[in-house]
This record gives sequence, structure tokens and C-alpha cells, in this order.
Amino acid sequence: MRNSLFILVVSLVAAAVFAAALLLRSDYLLFAGYTVLQFVVLATAWNILGGYTGYVNFGTAAFFAVGAYTSVFLHKAFPLPVPVMVVVAGAVAGLLGFGMGYLTLRLRGAFFSIATLALAVVLQTVVVNWHYVGGSRGAYILRPPAGPIAGLSYIEYLFLIMLALAALSLIAARAIECSRLGYGFAAIRDDELAAEANGVPTLRLKLIATTISGAFMGMAGAPFPSYIGYIEPASAFGLPYAVNAIAMPMIGGTTSWAGPLIGAVLLGSLQQIATVTISSAVNLLIVGLLLVGFVIVAPNGIVGLWQRFFGRNRTSWRPSSKSTASASGSAASSPSTPSA
Amino acid sequence: MVELDLVLNALLAGLLLGGFYAAVTVGISISFGILDIVNIAHPAFIILGSYVAYLANAAFGIDPIVVGVLALPLFYVLGAAIYQIYYLSFEQRGQDSLRGLAFFFGLLFITEVGLILAFGVDYRYVQAVYMDRSLDLGIVQIPLRMLVPCLVSLLMLAVLQLLLTKTFVGRAVMAVAQDQLALQLMACDPVRIRRIAFAASIATCAMAGAFLIVIQPIEPSIGREYIGRVFAICVLGGLGSLPGTLIGAMLLGVVESLTATFYGPSWAPAVGFGLLLITLAVRPAGLFGR
Repeated sequence: MRNSLFILVVSLVAAAVFAAALLLRSDYLLFAGYTVLQFVVLATAWNILGGYTGYVNFGTAAFFAVGAYTSVFLHKAFPLPVPVMVVVAGAVAGLLGFGMGYLTLRLRGAFFSIATLALAVVLQTVVVNWHYVGGSRGAYILRPPAGPIAGLSYIEYLFLIMLALAALSLIAARAIECSRLGYGFAAIRDDELAAEANGVPTLRLKLIATTISGAFMGMAGAPFPSYIGYIEPASAFGLPYAVNAIAMPMIGGTTSWAGPLIGAVLLGSLQQIATVTISSAVNLLIVGLLLVGFVIVAPNGIVGLWQRFFGRNRTSWRPSSKSTASASGSAASSPSTPSA
Repeated sequence: MVELDLVLNALLAGLLLGGFYAAVTVGISISFGILDIVNIAHPAFIILGSYVAYLANAAFGIDPIVVGVLALPLFYVLGAAIYQIYYLSFEQRGQDSLRGLAFFFGLLFITEVGLILAFGVDYRYVQAVYMDRSLDLGIVQIPLRMLVPCLVSLLMLAVLQLLLTKTFVGRAVMAVAQDQLALQLMACDPVRIRRIAFAASIATCAMAGAFLIVIQPIEPSIGREYIGRVFAICVLGGLGSLPGTLIGAMLLGVVESLTATFYGPSWAPAVGFGLLLITLAVRPAGLFGR
């Protein structure tokens, strides 16, 4: 499928979703849908770095909160329309991703992951001590009842923005996947040393990935304060964002754009249901258990399972020499096995 | 003008805190520093240790540190079990980097949420004879609730260092970090050695958890603050060296204590993480690295 066709399909699906949301006229569904869409953006953004290049970011909440607090700051300093705030928040979070990557990406992957954990706590401490944006007491954002688009309530307007962001992130993820950039990312993920030796500019590519990934996370956070109406550091920097952003691609499958989408829609909806029917603590426990279960049992997620059972070429992705030796035993009999 | 006794008290409190941090970090120095297993769930197991100490103390009135010692075998078995899952699912398949990290992140999350479900988010504390006393040395006061964990922690570090350098298994643990193949040629199963070492690293959580609940009241999500601290200390001390860990821990303890004294305790959590970020950016091999 070509890119333009993909863009068309995504836009049509998004339009259909929005039309359905308007027709249903249910505030709860709109709220739940917004949360799921927000996770689609976060999971896709996480996957651009984590799934494509193999660098684990534990600091999704930090980037998300930077986006959210950028819009709180702008709201207090000089109020702008939400789409502009989204762009500014994306720029700030992207810059943060770039700086973060520049400091730590020359080291082994594990250090990057640990540093992202550290980043979340440092930024949370800064925000707690920064009274202009509310400090630890949090900040209220009063949203107007009517949105700038005639006929839409403000909530519907924000829903539309998040829907557009979700569509944009999916289009970007797929475009990256099919481009030179995506092949470079995949080379880094599979064997960074070999990629470097073959002339792939690994540091530059990794910096591009952290920047894009961070920018999308920040953009997902920007409408959040207006949507909820109130924001405080403990919830904006909450671990659930980080866990979900990792669990959703892992459960869906990390190697393609479809994985995070599937994971976010499934897990996001499941959580909305579990929060209402059971309790919010139990629903987080479910996410944790699913994450651990999937990484152990189905390392390539739902997409991987699908490919294994229904795919045309059933070559599973396995980098280890031991298991590829046993797997290629069956594959070697057929002469055309595209492994690269 | 800064008052001298304020500085002295802060310095001393920092050193005592550092002794405790060494106990918190020594497990990571073994698992991350020596075995190269990025066990970010380590602090969550420390909190688990605190709750074990809390339960035994509340039910039977046993001294929390004694509970820590008694719980060592329990945590050792837990560690061995976790390593076995980790080995079979990730190391053996050769995909330990990305998915292994996600695995430990999931464990961290499950432990934390599980503790919240079981105990709620109320702060818990323990009773012991030395809790409310302190040594008064004129210009400085040493609270026993800081001194006792610090001393026991130093003892634990000394024992571990002896085990690592003098016993066969300990030396095999050091060797497994350097050359697994050579270890196999010595008729020594590297997987078994790694399992022992990882189990020992989790076992230290029983002690560290007991120290933690003696020093401060705890609630389940407190462990997250320690992720940055332990990795900062571990990196500062130059991955996998116990004396380095001790020095790194003392350094962080002093810096944090001074920050809390002069800028207010709300900035203290950022110190460890900030130090970690700076170390990673400037000197990733640690203070004494090659």
C-alpha cells in the first residue's frame, strides 16, 4: 500500500470514528474514546523509538507531562488556541528528547533506559517546586463551554484534535517504517555494531528517533489539562502512562505500526471497562500481568502471533544464533527465505 | 554565614544515610554491575522486604532487622525463581535487552500495585527499642534509627565482599562477568553461578527493606525514588565494585543531606537522579573507572 493511499484510509477511518462519536452523543464514550486515542498516540510514539530502534524509554510520563505543563504555562502566560499549544508542546518535548538522547545514547542501551526513569523524577521535582504552574497543589484550567468550531462542544473539539494526532502519529510511524530511515532504525535494533560498521549513522538516527518520539508524546499531553480541567504533578507524571506506553506496543507487536494501534485499542478499552467494573488499582495490575505474560510467551505480540498462524511466510523474527539455527533448519529446505 | 554545627550534623546524617544506601545498592551492583541484568525492579523488592519486616514486627514484635536476616532465604529463593524465568524466557533466546527490560518493568509495576492492593497507601512503620533514642555527642546528635541500619549495612557489605573475593563461588561470580566460556572450561556452569549471584542480589533486599522501614515510614510507591538513587550510586561507584558502591553511596548520602538541609527536603529526590544524569553524560565509567 502506498503512502498516499494509507493516508486516505486513515483519514476515512478517523472521519468515521468522529462521525460515530458525534452520533452517539454520549459524554462517557467521548471521554473513554479520548483516553484510548491518547494512548494510541503515546504507544505509537513509544514504538518509534522502542520498537523500531530497540531503545526502551521508561519516561513516557515525563514527555507527556512536559507537553501538559507546556500548555499550562502557555495558558497562564499568553493563551493560545489548542492546536498551537500542541505544536509548541511537541517542539519542547522533542527538544527534550533530543537533549536526553544526546546525553545518553552514546552509551549502552540500558543506560538510556535508566536515564529516562531518572528524567521523570527530576522533572517531577522541578514541577513540584515551580509555583507558577501550580506546584504540588496543581493547576486549574477553565475551559470554555463552546469550542472554536461552530456546532462542536469544547470536549468534542478536543476529541477531534486527539483523533487528528492519533491519525498523524500512525501515518508518521508507517512512513518511517517504509523509508530509508526505518531500515536504518531496524538495522540499529538488530545489530547496532554491524549497522555502524556498514555506514549507518547510528547516533544521528537514534537522535532522530528520540526527537520524533518525544515530540509526539508531548503533543499527546498538550490538550490534557484543558480536557481534564485540572492537573497536578503526581498524576501527570504517573507511572501508568509509562507502563501503558510500553505494554501496548509489546502486547500488540513492536515491529510494525499496527502493533501499538492494536495494543492501545485493546488494552485501552479493557482498562476503561475494568476501571468502571472492578477498580482502577486492579486494572493497573492487569496491565502489568499482561505485559509480563506477553514478553515471556509471545515476544512479538499479537501481530507476531497473527503472522505465525496466518501469515504467508512464517518466518519468525529471532535474532539469537541458537534458535535461528533450529528455525532455519525447516526454512532452509525452501530456497527463497527472505530474511533481510 | 553557615553555622558549623548545622553543617556537621548534615554531614554526619549524610554518611549514615550513605551507609544505608550502600545496602540498598549492593544488590544492583551484583545484578547490574556484575551480571549485566538490568533489574529495575530491585527497589520494588526492597519495599517488599520492608513489608515483610512490618508484618512480622506488627504480628510478633520481632526486631525488624532480625526479620530481615530471617527473611534472607525466602528472598534468595524468590531471586532464584525470577532468574530462572528470566534465563529461560530471555537470555536463552538471546533477546534479553528490550524484552528483559520490559519484563523487569512489569515486575516492578506488579509488585507495587500488588502491595497497594494488599496494604493500601497508608504509611507503615515498625517498633524497636532503638527507634526513639539518640547518641548525644555534644555538638552532634546521632539518632540510633540511622546508626543501627548503617552499621549492620556495613557489616553486610563486608561479608559480601569476603564471599565474593575469598570463596570459590564468589570468585566464579566475578569470573562470569568476564568470560563465561572460560568458566565453562573450568567445569563450572555459568547459568548456575549467575542464578546464585542474582538470588543473592535479591536476598539483600530483605535486609535493605528492613533498614528502610527502620529509617522512615513506608508506602508502596516509595520504591520509585530509589531507582534513580541505586543506579546513580552503582554508576558512580563504577559498576560491580562493592568498595566503589560504598563510596558512591556515602557521596550521594552527603550531597542529599546537604541539599535537604540548605534547600529543603522537597528537592532531595532530584539530587540522586540529577547526579546520575550528570555522571552518565560526563563520566559514564564511574568515579574510579578506567
